[in-house]
Amino acid sequence: MTHKTLAAPQPLRFARIHGLGGYRPERVVTNEEVIEFIDSSDEWIRQRSGIVTRRFAAEDETVIDMAEAASRDAIANAGIAPEQIGAVVMATVTHPYQTPAAAPELAFRLGIPDPAALDISAACAGYCYGISLANDMVRAGTVDYVLVIGVEKLSDFTDKYDRGTAFIFGDGAGAAVVGVSDFQGIGPTLWGSVGDKRDLITQREPWTGLRGGMEQEGRENALDWPAFVMQGQSVFRWAVYDMVPVAVRAVEAAGITPDDLDAFVPHQANMRITDAMIKALKLPEHVPVARDIAETGNTSAASVPLAMARMLDEGEAPHGGLALQIAFGAGLVYAAQVVVMP
Amino acid sequence: MALSEQEILSGLAEIVNEETGLEPDEVQMDKSFTDDLDIDSLSMMTIVVNAEDKFGVRIPDDEVKNLTHVRDAVSYIANNQG
Repeated sequence: MTHKTLAAPQPLRFARIHGLGGYRPERVVTNEEVIEFIDSSDEWIRQRSGIVTRRFAAEDETVIDMAEAASRDAIANAGIAPEQIGAVVMATVTHPYQTPAAAPELAFRLGIPDPAALDISAACAGYCYGISLANDMVRAGTVDYVLVIGVEKLSDFTDKYDRGTAFIFGDGAGAAVVGVSDFQGIGPTLWGSVGDKRDLITQREPWTGLRGGMEQEGRENALDWPAFVMQGQSVFRWAVYDMVPVAVRAVEAAGITPDDLDAFVPHQANMRITDAMIKALKLPEHVPVARDIAETGNTSAASVPLAMARMLDEGEAPHGGLALQIAFGAGLVYAAQVVVMP
Repeated sequence: MALSEQEILSGLAEIVNEETGLEPDEVQMDKSFTDDLDIDSLSMMTIVVNAEDKFGVRIPDDEVKNLTHVRDAVSYIANNQG
């Protein structure tokens, strides 16, 4: 059958990151505090992860609270009004409501009128996934500006008695405004997923596992809190040796060479992963590398924007320079792209 | 042609040296990677991946936990080299 011709999208536009923002909770948690609950030491944690301190949100501080702070910062740095934002993409795996999503409430708080608003679940890769989605939305003409947030309150989902993860995770938020531009500031995204490795990083039990206990008198059979668990050694191997080729391809896809980079911002998973990646990538020595993990821990989706914001704030990386960002995590999922830093 | 266990040991010792700085002659068959050579789980994974490249073998994650001593790694490589 024939149908009426639908309105055609306009020609592709350019997109870039206009502003970044970050929020780190006030409370600094030392390794000494972490080892009260696990058989470990400050030296062991530093040597295995490079983490010296991390930040934990206050008990009543939510992912939406942290996202709001980072977003206000990003919107101000972008120099736009909240009203100009057409979509809010919030990457998080620690918003503790199955529904509703966090993004609509965040948008409401920020005074963004009636945007498309959704959460995405891509764990530590969530922010880089969000940047890719935002780039496509802006380029296609769906919206002019997208607010992308990576935020986690991992302290709510960490088993403080688990020697393998208790020292790794921290809380925080990072945000970026992606919008129309007169040049392309976001390179092609290399992304993917490896579902057969789903067990390497996972929530211990599904939410439905709690239900049996809840419905029984006395709750004797209630399951433990479904904290996140990780097979660190296998994740290390995947993160270093499978992600380096992805990083190489992201640089090639952007039409540049590693020599052109002004910053390397890997997901702040573990300093050892970062060091091994640099070595395997043969990254030129002049390229500064994000090492925010030392004082922030692994904040999952928030780690890349927080780390990049720090490098820009501290003058370690130049505004307008080229950064390779790559993130990887539970799924397993990954995404990498070269961006022009705002 | 398949490498002898002695050749594998000496190749493995070079890999360990590059990752940890340990002198190659400290890497002996009866040494435990963790207890004697003080190699942690992440360094062990780096050594495993480099050994895969060097010797053309595949060492799955599940197998790594069985390689507690240098002898275990040498035997595994000897028995699985292509």
